[in-house]
Amino acid sequence: MPARCRRHVVNLLNSITVGLKEIWAHKFRSVLTMLGIILGVASLIAMAALVKGMENGLKAALIEIGGIEKVRIEDQDILPNQLHLSDQAVGNTINDVMALQQSAPLIKTITPEMRLPRAIISRGGKTYSPWHFVGTWPNALEMNQHTIEHGRMFNEIDEENSASVCVIGTGLRDELFGEPEKVGREINPVGEVIIINGMPFTIIGMFKHYESEADKKLRELEKDKPQQETGPKRSRGWGSRGAGNSSFVYRLKNATIYIPLQTMWVKFRSASGVNNAPDPRLSSMWIKVRGIDDLESALQQARNVLLTSHRGIEDFAFRTQEDWAEQINSAISNARLSGGIIAAISLLVGGIGIMNIMMASITERVREIGIRKAIGADTLSIFLQIIVESSVIAVLGGIAGLLASAALVELLVILSPTENTPVITIESLSFAFLASVIVGVLAGLIPAIKAAKLNPIQALRYD
Amino acid sequence: MSLVELRNVSKIYRLGGEEIRALDDVSLDIEIGEFIAIIGPSGSGKSTLMHILGCLDSPTLGTIKLDGLMIHDASQTQLARIRNEKIGFVFQFFNLLPKLNVLQNVELPMIYSGKNARERRERAMHSLKLVGLDNRMKHRPSQLSGGQQQRVAIARALVNEPKIVFADEPTGNLDSRTGEAILQLFRDLSTQGRTIALVTHDPEIAAVTPRRIEIRDGKIANQLDPKLSGLDRQQSESMQSADL
Repeated sequence: MPARCRRHVVNLLNSITVGLKEIWAHKFRSVLTMLGIILGVASLIAMAALVKGMENGLKAALIEIGGIEKVRIEDQDILPNQLHLSDQAVGNTINDVMALQQSAPLIKTITPEMRLPRAIISRGGKTYSPWHFVGTWPNALEMNQHTIEHGRMFNEIDEENSASVCVIGTGLRDELFGEPEKVGREINPVGEVIIINGMPFTIIGMFKHYESEADKKLRELEKDKPQQETGPKRSRGWGSRGAGNSSFVYRLKNATIYIPLQTMWVKFRSASGVNNAPDPRLSSMWIKVRGIDDLESALQQARNVLLTSHRGIEDFAFRTQEDWAEQINSAISNARLSGGIIAAISLLVGGIGIMNIMMASITERVREIGIRKAIGADTLSIFLQIIVESSVIAVLGGIAGLLASAALVELLVILSPTENTPVITIESLSFAFLASVIVGVLAGLIPAIKAAKLNPIQALRYD
Repeated sequence: MSLVELRNVSKIYRLGGEEIRALDDVSLDIEIGEFIAIIGPSGSGKSTLMHILGCLDSPTLGTIKLDGLMIHDASQTQLARIRNEKIGFVFQFFNLLPKLNVLQNVELPMIYSGKNARERRERAMHSLKLVGLDNRMKHRPSQLSGGQQQRVAIARALVNEPKIVFADEPTGNLDSRTGEAILQLFRDLSTQGRTIALVTHDPEIAAVTPRRIEIRDGKIANQLDPKLSGLDRQQSESMQSADL
């Protein structure tokens, strides 16, 4: 190692020792100074953790409803220039499903849906109105990311026979059979018979209970608590356990009842249309494209097929989840920005605190700097010493901030439980630490320049 | 070749348009191994002279050559380097760093010259032995008497084997007995062949050196040089004892 280089290494090591000693000599002052950095780093990490938690929650919800590859084809008012053709418009029917299956290879899966709004389901004096009462194909299970917990999904034979069978979500079970938490045991309603709009249906399967991670935790916590019955039994209204912006996804998903498409058609639609004429129209069709990159061309393909089967009348529209995905992304970037600004301000305040204390420190050490210069410290050595000292404060503050952030995030979880559990990531930890080091160096800059510029003669005379 | 060659050096300050000549056309040579006193009342310019000789300051006019190096156009970093390697300072107020112990204080100049830890330790201990303080290495300056602190400062000044040691009123803050011991230490060091310049206002202290330069109003007012005045060494020593 050349002598010049070694001089700086020795000097640097010495500066770190001196810096630590200075901090130790002014313990209280240093801790107060570090507090700014500690808060800055902790808030940076906490913000990142909150945003990450939010991101995870929103993305999980997006996946829960089937992901971004899922597109709904729904009815649309006929375009003004085609109004004269409106009596020719047939709407979406099972023919379109067949046509798409045969002629649109970019579509991976297609699921027809026939809905019956305002269905009333009753059993033993209790009634329930599901959000989705849908006649569909067995592949709806895959399309809408459903998982069967008990029993089975209906199959092609049930479809063929228009069997009076249904698969229910836990919402119906909770209302008509009781919640497992309240009853105290797992309820398996498979095999039971319920009445849907006056017609008996046998439950052959039940989906699992869908909930966000945070809700699940909350529920498991509550399970351990003893049940307390206080006052009259009451419903607490349409709120979910952990109210939040994505929990409705789970709530609606639990309020689902599927019956075979053919059953829906035969039992509820064939004599319920206008003037009691059969109504073969589908409420909607769900398609899943092969990949998100093919979305545009797949939609074009589907449009061409549908225009043919609809005799050129464009009475259909595509609804993608892109809007929602974009909303999620912009919500995340907004949260990231505002959180980042808050954290940056706290780090800035912390940095100003360090700068302030370094200014005070060099003022009370003018003589020391003079002595060091007289015995041979050059400008760079003094500059480095002050930079290192302020960096040491910032680094110690940064490390303490990392520890504090863990506690802060725990506190946030207790204070404001959301469905989005904050997640501390390695990236945010290293970024926050790096930021504290940069703040330390920047804060030391002005005091270091000031100290390095001191005239040794005047500094030696200074009292 | 002389160790220090000062040629027509002036230091001029401007205070509110008024020109103050702290040093006015001073020429001076210091030979290797000389023991010299720079004496003069306060405000005479002796401190300015020492600062320029010690490379803490640079002259407005004139040239200075130290150990064969032209100094007057050196950069701040080069000056720091020269101070570190060729010059030792002893101050009136000791100027030790209170947070470092004796050994660390003595090691300090070597940190800036990049010596490794073992060499620093060995040389600092050797230097402390020279001033008779090798049994106080772990003490803080505040735990030492004034005389001991000044010995530490001398050890620090010597540790990088400088070409010349400047002592600025080294006894000014000590009682006369301790001061006498410190002067004796300088005398011993001089006998060992070191070049030492004492800066003082006190003629009694200056009397320990064979060569004396009196500064008044920024000029050399009076010189006692055994060579120039034709006095031989014996005579000059007898003069010393007469002064004392």
